[in-house]
Amino acid sequence: MSVTELPPSETDEADGVAPSRRSLQSAVRSSEIDTRTLGMVALLIVIWIGFHFLSGGTFLSARNLWFLSVQFAPVAIMATGMVLVIVSRNIDLSVGSMLGFVGMAMAILQAEILPDFLGFGHPALWLIVLGAGLILGALVGLLQGAIVAYVGVPSFIVTLGGLLVWRGVAWSLASGRTVAPMDSTFQLLGGGSRGSLGEVASWVVGGLACLGILALLSYDRRQRKRYGFRLRPRWAVVTIAVVGSAAVLAAVWVMNSYYLPENLARQFAEEQGIPWPEGGLLIPVGISYPVLIAIGVMLVMTFIANQRRFGRYVYSIGGNPEAANLSGINTRWTIVKTFMVMGILVGVAGAVTIARLNAATSGLGTLAELYVIAAAVIGGTSLAGGLGTVAGAVLGALVMQSLQSGMVLMGVDAPLQDIVVGLVLVIAVAVDVYYRRRAER
Amino acid sequence: MTDRTPLVEMRNISVSFGGVHAVDDVTIDLFPGEVMALVGGNGAGKSTLVKTLSGAQRADAGEIWIDGAHVMIENPRDAKRHGIETIYQTLALAENIDTPGNMFLGRELTTRLGNLDDSAMEDAARKVMQRLNPKFQNFKTPAAHLSGGQRQGIAIARAVHFNARILIMDEPTAALGPAETEQVAHLVRQLKQEGIGIILISHDIHDVFDLADRISVMLQGELVGTVNKDDVTMDEVLAMIIIGKLPEEVTQAELSDLHG
Repeated sequence: MSVTELPPSETDEADGVAPSRRSLQSAVRSSEIDTRTLGMVALLIVIWIGFHFLSGGTFLSARNLWFLSVQFAPVAIMATGMVLVIVSRNIDLSVGSMLGFVGMAMAILQAEILPDFLGFGHPALWLIVLGAGLILGALVGLLQGAIVAYVGVPSFIVTLGGLLVWRGVAWSLASGRTVAPMDSTFQLLGGGSRGSLGEVASWVVGGLACLGILALLSYDRRQRKRYGFRLRPRWAVVTIAVVGSAAVLAAVWVMNSYYLPENLARQFAEEQGIPWPEGGLLIPVGISYPVLIAIGVMLVMTFIANQRRFGRYVYSIGGNPEAANLSGINTRWTIVKTFMVMGILVGVAGAVTIARLNAATSGLGTLAELYVIAAAVIGGTSLAGGLGTVAGAVLGALVMQSLQSGMVLMGVDAPLQDIVVGLVLVIAVAVDVYYRRRAER
Repeated sequence: MTDRTPLVEMRNISVSFGGVHAVDDVTIDLFPGEVMALVGGNGAGKSTLVKTLSGAQRADAGEIWIDGAHVMIENPRDAKRHGIETIYQTLALAENIDTPGNMFLGRELTTRLGNLDDSAMEDAARKVMQRLNPKFQNFKTPAAHLSGGQRQGIAIARAVHFNARILIMDEPTAALGPAETEQVAHLVRQLKQEGIGIILISHDIHDVFDLADRISVMLQGELVGTVNKDDVTMDEVLAMIIIGKLPEEVTQAELSDLHG
């Protein structure tokens, strides 16, 4: 075991320049940057550059990255909840079927039930439907979680049953029909030309995110000063601020570099009364709502995992259930809550999915559970429990979606895609296990 | 001692698992500033008995009195509310959580908005550790990477920080080396000075004679008896543990048989 903490000293403060290669390891340690996250980002960059060349330069186009970001949103949203479920030594195999059930219920509610009472296109309709979806998801989670925590049936079995049950329910709700169309406001949740922020608002969001990074870093520094803890070296703080802000602004720039396709741009111009210019009109699409929702969910879930008692209890249960129990934590109710959070997030992901498709089918969300679990696991969540981060799971989802999207661009057949995704999952976890074991020595 | 109110009285406690009487009608008490050792062979029921006090196990029968008042202890939370802290044989810590996190587990400090106040918890942990083990610096290290002594230190720091009045130590030194054992013994004396009542479960008869004021012996779920340390010899206590006879009942032949 190495001594990672040093007594507070002024030398760290004075250390204004990046240290030499000799002390690179200790530099990374003193900056408190998670090396696992760095590794994930490196992997992502390798995948992106690799596909860019293999696809003949289309992968890193604004258009492809924009679509990639929209497709990744539902898996990312659910993966943030799956982290907590897996960290507490459980699993939820039912999320794909649940998405089908909750999505179908929301679709029927807005397409066939509510219009009879409110009329089509009622402005509050989308909110009622979304609220109902979240509540339904929470109830399904409550039911499954209660059976796991209070009856004592292993979560693998409960949610394996759920996988069959909710798929069946989704099918029977609509007798196998496809339910469409969705409410026009509700559709915005799925992105598309209208379901995006546009240029100005995207830059505003990007600017706010940069300010948020600075605010968090300075809050952290103030707290450390207040209690006299060791400060992070100044070069590390500045590097984190600069790299973080640059990444945010680059992402916004990419989203704003994707322009509306010509037919949609024409439509937009007509609505706004702008004359159609000779060379066409370049209207930046900006950050889509699904991506915005996914980022919001990630922030909220990170906050819950790290800053709330509930999150701390989830991790403690994963680390040592007996110790958690002896500490007076209500471990059973905590487990139920993890499943309820998972259910609510399935509701969110379901809303995004049916809004994007503008329809719900009985096959909605099939195999989603595997992608969600794979995203969490590639993102460093240990199936043994106790380890895993929300941000890691989101990165994992991005890796999964990048692989898929890249292979589609390259024209790889669907069966081969599955083979590659499956291999990457196993290899990623094998590498992770190897490094973790080495770190323990 | 009879003129004072005991800190803890456990009256006629019984616990059975299936048909087996793990604890059978046992009565013990504990006074402030006293170390009461609870000894006995494997399966004598010592751990089960104290678990009914720490809230980890419910008693089937019997009463618990604290400061002369009858109390109900149904879970660890109830016990902590009465100032009872427990240090478990298994060093019950969440392996993936750091020192302040484990110290405050279940009783986290929060900001006004109910968010975890990690800085305040780390600060409090540093202050307690400064008293108990000034050399300890690994506040951000998950418990899994700490040594047995350091882990024991977290458990003791937890008890000190939350102003335990009653401390249950279930084999606190079983997982420790000699130097760390001495450290724990030193802490026990320090806590005793502060008026904390300590119930010490131990296999080590030397530890017991070193630290305890009184010794209660259990055999097969029953209380053999409670004696003042100064009134008995080690052999007499061993006789209580092994053949279940009080010093006044045991014969010289039986005593010498213990070493045979």
